[in-house]
Formats: sequence, C-alpha cells, structure tokens
Amino acid sequence: MISDIFTSYSFICAVLFVILSPLVGGIIMGLDRKLTARMQGRVGPPVLQPLYDIFKLFEKENIVVHGSQNFWVFSYLVFMIVTGVLFFAGGDILLVIFALTLAHVFVVLGAYSTGSPYAHIGAERELIQLMAVEPMIIIAAIGLYEITGSFDTAGIIQSPVAPIIFLPGIFVGMVYILTMKLGKSPFDLATSHHAHQELVKGLTTEFSGSTFAMTELAHLYELIFLLGFLFLFFGLAAPLIGILAVIVVYVLEIFIDNATSRVKWQLALKSCWIVTVVLGCVNLFALYLI
Amino acid sequence: MDVLIFLILFPLIAAILMLLLPNGKVRDTVVKIAALITAAGSVYLFVESFGKGITYVSIGSSLLGSVMIVAELALSLFIIGISIKFKHYLIAVLAVVQAAILTYSEHFTPFDAALSHEFFVDEFSVIMALIIGIIGSLICVYSVGYMRGYHEMHPEIKDHRKLFFFIVFLFLSAMFGVVFSNQIVWLLFFWEITTVCSFLLIGYARDKIAWKNAFWALLLNTVGGVGFAVAVMFIMLYTGDASYIYLNDLIAAGPGVAMVPAALIGFAGLTKSAQMPFSSWLVGAMVAPTPVSALLHSSTMVKAGVYIIVRFAPIFEASLTGAIIAVIGGATFLLASAIAIGQSNGKKVLAYSTIANLGLIVACAGIGTQEAVWAAILLIIFHAVAKSLLFLSVGSVEHQKHSRDIEDMSGLISTMPKIAVMMLIGMAGMFLAPFGMLISKWATIHAFVNAIPPFGVLLIAMIAFGSGITVFFWAKWMGRLIEVQGTSDKPLKHEATSNEMFTLYSLAGLTVFTCLAFPLISRYLIEPYIGGVYGSVSELLSLNNILIMLIMMVLILLLPLSIGHFGKGRTIKSQYMGARPANAGLSFAGSMGVTKEVTLSNYYIENMFGEKDLAHFSVVLTIFLLIVLAVVVVLNITGVVIGA
Amino acid sequence: MSYLTKSPWIIHYDASSCNGCDIEVLASLTPLYDVERFGIINTGNPKHADIFLVTGSVNEQNKEVIKNIYDQMPKPNVVVGVGICACSGGVFRECYNVSGGVGEIIPVDVYVPGCSAKPEAIIDGVVKALGILDQKYKALKEGGGSN
Repeated sequence: MISDIFTSYSFICAVLFVILSPLVGGIIMGLDRKLTARMQGRVGPPVLQPLYDIFKLFEKENIVVHGSQNFWVFSYLVFMIVTGVLFFAGGDILLVIFALTLAHVFVVLGAYSTGSPYAHIGAERELIQLMAVEPMIIIAAIGLYEITGSFDTAGIIQSPVAPIIFLPGIFVGMVYILTMKLGKSPFDLATSHHAHQELVKGLTTEFSGSTFAMTELAHLYELIFLLGFLFLFFGLAAPLIGILAVIVVYVLEIFIDNATSRVKWQLALKSCWIVTVVLGCVNLFALYLI
Repeated sequence: MDVLIFLILFPLIAAILMLLLPNGKVRDTVVKIAALITAAGSVYLFVESFGKGITYVSIGSSLLGSVMIVAELALSLFIIGISIKFKHYLIAVLAVVQAAILTYSEHFTPFDAALSHEFFVDEFSVIMALIIGIIGSLICVYSVGYMRGYHEMHPEIKDHRKLFFFIVFLFLSAMFGVVFSNQIVWLLFFWEITTVCSFLLIGYARDKIAWKNAFWALLLNTVGGVGFAVAVMFIMLYTGDASYIYLNDLIAAGPGVAMVPAALIGFAGLTKSAQMPFSSWLVGAMVAPTPVSALLHSSTMVKAGVYIIVRFAPIFEASLTGAIIAVIGGATFLLASAIAIGQSNGKKVLAYSTIANLGLIVACAGIGTQEAVWAAILLIIFHAVAKSLLFLSVGSVEHQKHSRDIEDMSGLISTMPKIAVMMLIGMAGMFLAPFGMLISKWATIHAFVNAIPPFGVLLIAMIAFGSGITVFFWAKWMGRLIEVQGTSDKPLKHEATSNEMFTLYSLAGLTVFTCLAFPLISRYLIEPYIGGVYGSVSELLSLNNILIMLIMMVLILLLPLSIGHFGKGRTIKSQYMGARPANAGLSFAGSMGVTKEVTLSNYYIENMFGEKDLAHFSVVLTIFLLIVLAVVVVLNITGVVIGA
Repeated sequence: MSYLTKSPWIIHYDASSCNGCDIEVLASLTPLYDVERFGIINTGNPKHADIFLVTGSVNEQNKEVIKNIYDQMPKPNVVVGVGICACSGGVFRECYNVSGGVGEIIPVDVYVPGCSAKPEAIIDGVVKALGILDQKYKALKEGGGSN
C-alpha cells in the first residue's frame, strides 16, 4: 500500500499540482472574469489578471489587527495545498475532505481572531456554508466508493466505468454546492466582490497585503481541487468527456453567477440540505436497488 | 493478576478514608496520593497484561457470592428508601421490580453455582481501565482545587466535600468492577453502584433543581437496570446453561443464544450512555459540579453504557436488532449535534456533544463489524480524553468569569491564554482532522459503507449531516475564544489553582499524545482485542493513511512556530469600522452624535435548531425505534422459548 | 514596473459631494468605459485598496472618515481627488462647515478637475496615479518606509 502513494506517478501529480495550480487556476479565474465581462457587454481584464492581483498584494504593506491572524491564514493556505496534494497523489478521499474542512476552519478562525464586526459576520456565514456543503461532499465520496470500490482517488480514477453513469443525482448535487464552494452568486454569502454595503469584504475584511494574497492563492488551489473532484465522476473511463463536462459545468457556474442575485443564508442552507437529501441520499439508496 | 483486585479494592479503601478525614491539607494530599496509586495501578495492569490476551481471575469464595447478593439488595433498599422519602414512587417500584427479578432468578439458579472466572482482563478492559485510572485520577486531583473554589463561589451550598470524595473514589472502584466483571450479576451490581454515585453527585447542591435532575437521572437509569435484570433472568431461566451468566461464554455462544440478553443489556446501555430518548438525564446532570460532569458524565460512567454495547457487538453484527440499535445511535448523533448548535451554555454544548459522540459509538457497536468496533473503541479513547479536558477547562473558566456561557468567553485567549489554548486543543481533538475524533469518524464511515444495506446508507447520511453540524458548533465556539476586540485586556496572572492547571496540562498532553500514538494503540491494544473476538483481523488502517495523518498532525504542531515569522514586517491597525476610527470598545458612530457599541454574538439559529422542537422530535422518533426493537426482541424470545 | 500598476484596486469615498462626480465614477465601471480592462476593481475596503478616490469637499463630519480610510490603506497608496470640490472645495468652499479640498486633510497625488469630472478624465487621472504608485513603490523599496 505504501508504494501506492509514493509511486513516482502520484508524486509527479502532487508536485505538478503544487507548482501549476496557481498558474492554471489563475488562468481559469482570468477566463472567468473575461467571460463574465463579456456577458455584461464589457471587454474585461487581461486573462492573467488574477495572478497580477496576487503579485501586487505581495508587494503591499501587511496591515493586521492582531499578528495571530496571519498564522491562521498561512495555515489555511498550507492545508489547502495539503488537501490538493492528497487528492492528486491518489490519497483517501475522506481524508481529503477532512483536510479541506480543516483548511476552511483555519481561515474562519483567522477572520474571528481579528474581532472585526464585518469579519465576524463573514466567519459565521462561512461556517454556515461549510455546514451546508459538507454532507453533499461526504455523500459524493461514498457514492464514488460504491461504484468504484475504492476510497483512494488513485483507485477511483481508474474505474473501468465512469461513475457518473450511476451517480447522476450526486453529480448534479455536487454542481449545486460547487456554486457555494466557489463563492459565486447566489451563494456569495461569506465574502463577496459585490456586497460592499452589508459586509464590506466579509471574511477577508481585515486581511491585507500578503495575507490577503495567501487567501487568494488558496482559492486558486481550491478551484483546481474542486474541478479535479468533478473530473473523478468521469475518470479515465471517459477522460475527454470528463474534461468537456468540467468545462461546461464551470461555464454554467459563471452563467449562474451573472444571472442570479445573492440569497439569504437561511435559504442557502436549507436548499443545499434539501438538494443533498433529494439528489444525494436518494441516489445512494437507488444504488442498492440496481 | 492481583492488580485487578487491587484496582477494585484500593479506591474503595481510599473512599472510606475520605469519609474519615476532615477538610484540609491532609485530605487533599491523601486524595492526590490515592489518585496517583490508582493511576499507577492501571498502568501496571497494562504492563502486566500486555500481549497476554484474555486472562481470567477468580476469587474462588462462595462467601463472596452471598455477600454480593446482600450488597445488591442493600443497594436496592437504598434506592427504594431515598425515592420513597422524596416521593418518587415510580423509581421505588422499578427498584422493587429489579430486586424481585434478581432474587427470583437467584432462587432458581444460585449465582455462586460455578465460581470460576468472575473477573477477566483483556485488551478492551485494559483500555477502559487506563481511561478510568488515568483520567479519573487526574480529575480527582483537579477536584481538590476546584471544590475549594466551588464552595467559595457558592457559600449557600453546604460543604459535603467528605462525601464528595468518598463517592468519587467509590465510583472509581465500581467502574473498575464494571470493566473487569465477567459474571453478569456482578457487572450489574457495579453498574448499579455507578448509577447511585451519579445520582448522589448530581444532587450534590441539594437544592430543588439538583434533586429534580438527580431523580430524573435515577429514574431513567433504573429503567435500564430493570432491562439488565430481565436479561439476567432470561439467561438464568431460558438459556438452559448457567455458564452463560459469564460474559465470555455468553458472547462466544453466538447470536442464537445471546441475542435477547444482548438486546436487553444493550437497552440498559442505551439508558446509561444517555442515548435518545433517555438523553435528557445527562443534560440535567450538568447541574453537578464540573469535575463530576467530566468524570461521570463524559469520560467514564456513560462509557460503561457504550462499553457493554461494544462488548456485545459481535452478537449484533448483521442482525436486525443490531441495526436498530445502530440507527438509534445514529439518530442520537445527528439530533444531539443539531441541538448543540442552539445552545450558548458551554456545559450544555459539551453535554449534547457527549450524547452525540456516544451515539456514534453506539452506532458502530450496533453495526458490529470488525472495522466498526475498531472505530468505536478509538472513539471511546479519544472522546474520553478530549471531552474531560473541555469540561474541566470550562469549569476553571467559570470560576474566573462566573459564567459558563460561550458568549462570555469572548477573547478568552487574551485574558486566560493558557486555558484558552488548552480548550482549543480539546476542541480540535473533537472535530478537526487529523485529531482523534476525526480519525474515528473516518474509520466509522469506512465501517458503515459495507454495513447491512439499507441501514448502512441511512447511517452514512446521518454521519454526513452530523459532521457538518459538528464543524459548525465547535468552530464558532473556537472562534469566540480567539476573538479579541480591543487590546486593553491583560492576561490574568492566576488562571486556576495549581491542581487544576496540572490536570489540564496533563489532559492536553494526553490529547496530543493519543493522537500521535494512535497507530500504536491500534496495533497493540485494539487489534489484538478484535483478533480475539472475531478470530482474525483484517487490515483496518493502511500504512499510508496512518502516515498521512501523522504528517498532518506534525504539520499542525509545527505551524505555530511560524507565528514568530509573522511577527516581522507587519503594521498593526485597528479594525475597519465603517471608516470611523475605532476606539477601545469598538463602536459605530451614527448620525446626530449617536454611538452604538459593537456587540458580536454567534449564530444559534434557534428557529431551525431549537432545543425544544428537536428534543421533542427525537424523543418521538427514538421511542418508535425502541418499540420496533422491543417487537424484534419479543419475536426473538418467543423463538428461543419455543425452541427451548 | 511593479504589479501595482497592473492591478490597482480602488476605494471610492463620497465626501460631501453633490453626487455628480460619484455618478461619473460609477459610469467608469459601466460597459462603456469598463475600467476593469486595466485591472481596476472598486473594492470598498480600505485594507484592500491601492487608490483612494475622493469626490466632494471636506467638512467637519467627514474629516475623520477620510483620515481613517487613508490611514487604513496599506502602503504604497495614492490619493486621487475627483471633481472641483475635492480639489478646492468648489462652490462650497466658503460654507461654514467646509474646510476645502481633500488636500487639507491628506496628501493628494492627482487632482482631476471638472464639475462634474468626465469619466475619461477620471480614468486619465487614475492612470496618471498609477505612475506615482509605481514611483512610491520603488521609493518604499529603496528608502524602507517613507511615503
């Protein structure tokens, strides 16, 4: 077993993830902003804009309320990378999910530690979002296990049949909560580019300079990880369709982002859980009937 | 194996000593020495029994058997007497029923008929003994400082500290008895002692609410006791073999014989470990002094309930009875976690979280597969350590802040940094990867996916939702602890008495230690036990997953070193307050010269997670499940009786 | 060239403006002018911003606010006064409660005149500010702190 995880292949995957995610994630985010601009009839920023933003933030002064907040945010970045490394190195998918939760708890604690009213609201809302999405992600992992017989992503991806065939409900459910995970409208509750009046910048209000750059960087890692998670539903059984589907889903998310307005957190929580029960649990039950 | 007898008798002697010694330095020192000896005894037991598998111990005296019967009846008389005195006749009736059943069974088959191996020690007993010995002793040391402060804080409560320490040591003795007993009637005897100890300690304050909650706890536990007694009667009268009165023989006999007693004793276990619908007694028990909550109501006594269910896990494997018990556990986990969201009283959150985690253990035991039992035992260990740490920390905070409300713990990291850090460790231990509970939760999910089809998925769904909820209520509490608004708060010079700090440090150390050492615990304690019970051990935890967890653990331990790095090159500015300069207390400047102080508070979402509605719902749901369980058991009984 | 010039984030504060200039600032974000082409984002949070865009004149009420926003912006940063009121107080200059332009309170790097300032002028001012931002960054890097 130990050889599985340290084979050169998974090692290369993990290293590539660490090195390439900021670049690829940045380009995807850039295309996202470009496409968003086009949907709004604008030209939009350069494709590399998210990376320019991060580089710029590293050049700025680091203002903090308490020094400890940087520690939490740094830990957030570290564990977001750990999440992705575990995932792309073929590790146990449940451990991956728990590492992801851990990373998010770190950033939430960072927001709390500032004692700022805006960051406080953002932190509470981020926790609500965590609570809203966690069941669906765990159920997705279980669904993938039921089909492929493996908890390791390395095993899941090698499944001879694409899991999507048996897990359409769970896939749709994942797409639903992906909106929340990506912080896109209508679920951009915790931190938002568009909610100046009510939240300032929510969770990230008190982060500046390199600290804020770390959260942005962590978002890029998370983006790649999430898209990778979606790809698992297709695996190596249908890699091209998988890539295409991931692209389609992401474009759909951009469209939703532009076409909807932010909902209240109550609705966000309830709808996520209802979707999880209706699509996720029912799909899981249905697997036994087949 | 004399150490086993020593572990039961020594706390008993210490308990009697406590009754004699007056309040003061001498008693405090004796408590500490006795605690140390108890802890050392449990460690010695671990060393001596290491690698030996199951060992049977016999007293070999029929006299002791009769003494036991007399003691058992005396205990019943005590319960009957006190409940009549306080006009709780229902408890008296139940106690009479229980005593009658036992005497009746005794009449037909004398318990001391075949005295050969009344006590036993195996790896599971050793784990439990270590928990009782080490954590129990640490809590005793903590109590020395805590109870002094408790009486200073509550002058209206009469000082019964003699009785307090007597009961605590008596309880330790009884707990050792529970985990070492092989003879079920003896087990029941020790079990009843813990019930009475719990009752007396909940009622420690002797005011109206304390008595009310104490009797409520006694009532529900007596209901469980009756279930236990019926199990004994069933074994005596219907299994047709007196040797089944011994746990090991009963479990070895397999589901055909043991299913009914297992279900009945499992029912007793549900009441003891405060599973829904019986959970309300544990919430009420929070009126007891905090060390009691830590010792009896989180780390040891309630574990006796799950201990016995886990013992019967092989019987429950792949059976309908087991599945129903598992679903009761799963429902308890989900609903108790949900209720915890709506609570701002720190001890109540801990109580509900305890109920929830016990539910998870029960769910594992009900499923009863190797992996599930493995996860259950890990849960017992991690939960005992982390939860006692949390209870005791809240107790110490309460002494300083005169409140156990989470909202009043805001910014604790700046006023009581040491205790706050230890609380953070305890909470991380409760819900964050790669700490203890998360390892177990991971194992639990692995165990459930392969469990009997419709129930496995149901339990997975419960865990999936429950773990999301768990993250929410722990993280918001953690956030509250580290949320520092102003800079004016200075750390307290004296956070708690040295006794309390010693215990807190030790428990925090143990929390980290068990997380780091869990592969060893698994390898040398849990796997041999499972191997002994199931005959073989499949690979429960692959090496690379252990490695990943350890790497994450080390990362978490190393990351705080980076705090020094972040000290450089940063500018400190106050919070953004809508572009108004922030003052020390943080306030928003409104128009017309109005200023509004900022008050931050956590989300409790009471309209979704209200205690009343959810508790009501869960009681109805679990009573329904219990009825289904009863029907299954009755069908089983008719099967057995007709078969016999 | 630092990356500051490629990604200038703005915080816009409306001092006692008549809202004319504010509308023009918002107009710059619309598809017609689309300042996001230059990587400009209107953040609304001083701790994330590089450029402080002030419209309107300074009065007794907003003095502290302007100072505070400026104070909470991480360095290097620049201030752009938009519209004649922000430059000098404009027609409100002599009012009993008006102190004058933004320059009375905080150092201003670029003045954009006009009543109201045209979006083209605002964008032009911001682009001019980028050059100053770059210089300040270099000075900060060499001089170690003085702004």
